[in-house]
Amino acid sequence: MAEKTLMKGNEAIAEAALRAGCRHFFGYPITPQTELAAYMARKMPKIGGTYLQAESEIAAINMLYGASAAGVRAMTSSSSPGISLKTEGISYMAGADLPGVIVNIQRGGPGLGSIQPSQSDYFQATRAMGHGDFFLPVYAPSTVQEMADLTFIAFDVADKYRTPVVILGDGMLGQMMEPVVMPEAIDPSTLPAKEWAASGHAGNRHHNVINSLQLDPQKLYEDNVRRFQTYEEIKRDEARCETYRTEDADIVVAAFGAAARIVRSAVNQAREEDIRAGLFRPITLWPYPVQALRELTPKAFLTVELNMGQMVEDVRLAVEGAAPVSFFGKCGGVLPTPDEVLLEIKKIAEGLGV
Amino acid sequence: MGNATTLAMFAGFGGQGVLFAGKVMAYAGLIDGREVSWLPSYGPEMRGGTANCSVTLSDDPIGSPLILHPNLLIAMNQPSFDKFVNEVAPGGIIVYDSALIAPGEMRDDVKALGIPASKMAEDAGLAGLLNIVLLGAAWGLSHFCSESALHEAIQKSVPPSKEALKAKNEEALSLGIEAAAS
Repeated sequence: MAEKTLMKGNEAIAEAALRAGCRHFFGYPITPQTELAAYMARKMPKIGGTYLQAESEIAAINMLYGASAAGVRAMTSSSSPGISLKTEGISYMAGADLPGVIVNIQRGGPGLGSIQPSQSDYFQATRAMGHGDFFLPVYAPSTVQEMADLTFIAFDVADKYRTPVVILGDGMLGQMMEPVVMPEAIDPSTLPAKEWAASGHAGNRHHNVINSLQLDPQKLYEDNVRRFQTYEEIKRDEARCETYRTEDADIVVAAFGAAARIVRSAVNQAREEDIRAGLFRPITLWPYPVQALRELTPKAFLTVELNMGQMVEDVRLAVEGAAPVSFFGKCGGVLPTPDEVLLEIKKIAEGLGV
Repeated sequence: MGNATTLAMFAGFGGQGVLFAGKVMAYAGLIDGREVSWLPSYGPEMRGGTANCSVTLSDDPIGSPLILHPNLLIAMNQPSFDKFVNEVAPGGIIVYDSALIAPGEMRDDVKALGIPASKMAEDAGLAGLLNIVLLGAAWGLSHFCSESALHEAIQKSVPPSKEALKAKNEEALSLGIEAAAS
């Protein structure tokens, strides 16, 4: 049995990445993500890996592109404004079918915003991590344990589907410490070889070309169609969520990441007052766990987020009008309290007469 | 019935060991096999003003790690005391450094203990360990963990590179525990 230790969320992501066989990390400091890069800077040289502090976020994402093209497991991390800078490179990676893990420990926005926790990059992560027609898997951990577990999984998913993958955390999860048990480490030399990688052919095979430029419209069209077939597979096989006390719930509260922790407390308080509330927590934000959500049949949904209302649109799309969907959130680094969420649940319960 | 949930707030100036004292408590909870969370304040508020951290020890999974109404406040400077004194839940415990804090009129629905922790530490050759003196006093009043876990947590929290500090931290802990008992 592996030992339970106390770790910050940012450090847990870094350690899990190393254990997943990541030996190349390209970073640029930004609060509240910096402990992740600092951990990599400490550990990578000791295990023969590369920690490189780039001259900018844009340089870092292009280094990730290069390392990934050469066939190795690689990661970069940042926080909201830094992620915006990386989106050009992420689009190139999607266009070149390159795996890689990108961590966003969100802070309040827009602009430079605040450095306090936020979930205001939901739209960016799930809809527009760069220009062009593409999606990428987005994992939303809610505990330090999940930050480790989902990071570990993210590398497998990235390699399997040849896509960049995002870990979407926030300042609260990044900075907090909780007990965590680390996954068993993988020796990177035992990972399957990547036949497509530009890793040197020694004259034994044709050149592998990694490129996102395709000037022939027909071929670009076909590339996109093929990529969207892969997205269908991801939607079918990779959607994840957790449900909590939803079996008999009149009101289901949808929340992810740090907000889901606040909602869990509120749901327990509501139950103590005999209000049948439950929590639906997507673990993948893309693909959104639509099927699992549709299986729930409460009288009303409430979505709680650390933003002005973003995931609520996905909840409405999934529910298709079967029940009313309302929103409650706070943003900019201000966190809603369990009491405030409880108040919203009570208001809905009153309206429903339950 | 399990053990009571501890909702602890450590608050003081950056550099007083606010986060470290919280970490010792969190480790003690982990060693006792409980659910644990440790959430620091971070950013510019850490430089001057009040740094703080929220530590929850519970038998149940922890929802929000942000503590708004602690049942245990460990205050190391005046601004932190002033900021949190009225947030403590009724029936809660307040432990503060009376050499640094003038409490004014104290609430009568909480248990408050002021000890001159910074002075006690300095007189005992443990300068800078007021945080652990206060932690010891808090343990003396609330027994938030088992005694063995408390000592093991000190051993775990002090990095191997600072081995010499383990004994000093233990001494500081004893000072606090004794002060709470007298």
